Amino acid sequence: MGEVTFVDVSKRFTLRVDKELHTVQALDRVNFTVRDGEIVALIGPSGCGKTTALRVAMGLDASTSGRVTVDGKAVNGCGYDRGMVFQHAELLPWLSALQNVMFGLEMKGMRGAELRTTAEKYLDLVGLRESQNRRPHQLSGGMKQRVGIARALAIDPKVLLMDEPFGALDAQTRETLQAELLDIHARTKKTVIFVTHDLDEAVLIADRIVVMKRGRVSEVMNVPLGRPRPDLGVVRGQPEFAETRYKVWRALHEEETVH
Amino acid sequence: MVDIVDTDAKAAAPAEAAPRRPMPRWLITLISICVMLALWEIFGRQVNPVFGSYPSAIAVAFWQLLLSGDLGTAMVQSLRPFAVGYFLAIVCGVPMGLVIGRFRWVEAAFGIYVTAGYAMPLVALVPLLVLWLGLGFAVKASVVFLMSVFPICINTWLGVIAVPKTLIEVGRSFVASDMVILRRIVLPATLPYIMAGIRLAVGRAVVAMVIAEFFTTISGLGAVIINSANNFDTATMFVPIIILMVMAIGLNSFIGWVERKVAPWQAEISGRDRE
Repeated sequence: MGEVTFVDVSKRFTLRVDKELHTVQALDRVNFTVRDGEIVALIGPSGCGKTTALRVAMGLDASTSGRVTVDGKAVNGCGYDRGMVFQHAELLPWLSALQNVMFGLEMKGMRGAELRTTAEKYLDLVGLRESQNRRPHQLSGGMKQRVGIARALAIDPKVLLMDEPFGALDAQTRETLQAELLDIHARTKKTVIFVTHDLDEAVLIADRIVVMKRGRVSEVMNVPLGRPRPDLGVVRGQPEFAETRYKVWRALHEEETVH
Repeated sequence: MVDIVDTDAKAAAPAEAAPRRPMPRWLITLISICVMLALWEIFGRQVNPVFGSYPSAIAVAFWQLLLSGDLGTAMVQSLRPFAVGYFLAIVCGVPMGLVIGRFRWVEAAFGIYVTAGYAMPLVALVPLLVLWLGLGFAVKASVVFLMSVFPICINTWLGVIAVPKTLIEVGRSFVASDMVILRRIVLPATLPYIMAGIRLAVGRAVVAMVIAEFFTTISGLGAVIINSANNFDTATMFVPIIILMVMAIGLNSFIGWVERKVAPWQAEISGRDRE
């Protein structure tokens, strides 16, 4: 199971810009549910609160009001039911790829032979067994993010939270990793919530797309593309892809109507 | 037109030459030392031996001091409080810096004492330390400790502040406790700063040792300096000074070597390992 529900989640914080205090309403009564095993993309212009929503779900930030629940249990700080994939992988530079995956497992309390075999299994899942002894600076951007994914998956969370995981990668690597993510999802059936600013990525990967604007959910759209999606090139050629992409584009570019 | 042909020929010449290998660093250092010593020798010999000295005279004095056994005794006398004080400074300074850098309230409560302590005119306080600790080993080790603990602590503290927030969030996302984050993330991330602090402290610890020997029981290398200065034996006076400087250089490169052992990723990232 891994159902994530945002219930009236609001988040305000105060910024000091040139000695002036600004209160920012990062999230304003956000409500949506991500079903078990579903992939949901959070998309919106920068500053719309999509990353904040993810961080609140992870427990890295606390909401000002409202709550996020995972399988009905309210989120209070970080937990092993959720795994975070960071924007720039954020591997620990002094550890090898394998040790980075082991790090999360050790935090969870795993020790001994099981620790190593589990880490190796997940590095295998992302296709990096051969590079397990390399340190992060000896890995390419795409490989780093694979290790980041393996590290998050290794603790066997119910939900994978990804913050623009492929945003910093070149186009080709990004496409490869998108396909790999779908493949990993097909095998592990994890619930995935990922933040992106890339329209194509949202439509290619997600089952549903949550469009956010100014801290609010402005629209939730279904992606009428079936699963599995083994060949993303084929998906791109489907009329449903183009239609959905256009709909999301429209939703993003629509002027906010004043109520 | 002839001119043009000429310049072409000149321009082509260096391109044909074999690519020059850069001179190794140790060779540059060695040449620098030789030139320095030669200049000192040449100009030092022009000066009255009371007012100055020169390398060959210092070498002779070194040899005599070594044969008489005085140098060995002085070294042991000096190095024991030095080693103890310096070691304690590392053992205390690093955890202090980590905790001050990591916890806001500790920083607010104790940061100012560390900043102030760094600037403390310790020479003025030595007489007071003598009253508390006597004239022996304890006071010397304390002076060394007090001079070197603050740069180590401050550097560690600054290093902790520079740790990217996202790395700490990695720890938090795996539900690591504050102590585990400190040990497994903050400490290794701060290691280059800590090593820099430990290196900076070498110089201060050496100065502290000599100060301690001047102002407490006159002993060790400090005593050799004072006694030979009082006898206008300038060449002998330079022996311990140079020994201390050489020792500091040696300790520095040893720490650099340790750093490359404990934090190899740092040298790899900055590309220093290729040299």
